[in-house]
Amino acid sequence: MSVLHIINKSPFDRNSLDTCLRMARPSSAILLIEDGVYALQGNSAAATRLQQAMENHPVYALQPDLQARGISEENMLDGVEMVDYDGFVKLTTEYEKSQSWL
Amino acid sequence: MATKKFLYVNRKPPHGSIYALESLEVVLIGAAFEQDVTLAFIDDGVYQLLQNQDSSAIGTKNFAPTFRALGDYDVNKIYVERESLELRGLSKEDLMPLTWEDEDEDWAEKDSIHIVSSAELAEIIEQQDVLLNF
Amino acid sequence: MKFSILINEGPYTHQASDSAYHFTAAALRADHEIVRVFFYHDGVYNGTRLSVPPQDDRNVSERWSALGQEHSLDLILCVAAAQRRGILDEDEARRAGKDSNNIAPGFEISGLGQLIDAGIQADRLIVFGD
Repeated sequence: MSVLHIINKSPFDRNSLDTCLRMARPSSAILLIEDGVYALQGNSAAATRLQQAMENHPVYALQPDLQARGISEENMLDGVEMVDYDGFVKLTTEYEKSQSWL
Repeated sequence: MATKKFLYVNRKPPHGSIYALESLEVVLIGAAFEQDVTLAFIDDGVYQLLQNQDSSAIGTKNFAPTFRALGDYDVNKIYVERESLELRGLSKEDLMPLTWEDEDEDWAEKDSIHIVSSAELAEIIEQQDVLLNF
Repeated sequence: MKFSILINEGPYTHQASDSAYHFTAAALRADHEIVRVFFYHDGVYNGTRLSVPPQDDRNVSERWSALGQEHSLDLILCVAAAQRRGILDEDEARRAGKDSNNIAPGFEISGLGQLIDAGIQADRLIVFGD
């Protein structure tokens, strides 16, 4: 039954993160890729929302996308597990289906 | 042929981009494969179902009427998120009255559109096999 | 596991095709099977033979052609989306009375049914888009 929610747009550009959080059941995970990783950066309202979400969902981020955007562990939300593309693939096998909130 | 549950997630409005039209094209072609099909309209996707769309003045092919044919293609599970409608000041009455004929009940005409909460839609998403987003 | 990949955007303008490429390559490294890579909407532009990016940048179309060739991948451009956007193979060009075609090696043009079939055959369908 478990879903891997994939978010690829910035929370300041699209409402994908908000919509995802409305629909994500506790057994599901959230993976941020591409511009979606901006939700992790700094002290924004989006980062706060994600921090709250982490009480119910594991949150992952694609490390190559963080690196591209200059987001490092120092200026990023705590508790997020970084994965590379191999890890991305592995996550999609561990969760029954993937929902790409474009 | 194996039957899988396909969910088409629609979150973009029509006309300003092609996603709505081309998503509908997948649904129609997909009907031939006799899978278990559900459509979800969330966020600006709800605008795809508004009544009275007329694209003649913008010079594009108006595909809104095609939604009315979905019932004939056995696509009759259409879920619209209540929160998305309310945020946009819309209600079911603003949407096209999409229906289908239930052959198990003497071809009784039934509503295809169901307004559901986020929680209900979350449950629907969990039950699917294949999640298509455009 | 069997994967199908859906790519909704063209090369360069969006990251979708890059992300999908790296994902697909990683899946192949992990010995998964790729049932099909289906290109829809502007994704069909990934199948152009005529892209001339700067020398010091990646060539997105050629990269897909190479991966496709190396692993015998089924790289499918949706016919309706491709016709709209002017990505044609030899047959399509002749049928439409166009003076040339522009499809890249390793890509094939086929119907939307291939996307549904990709969803039916695979254990996982992953969507990359905007």
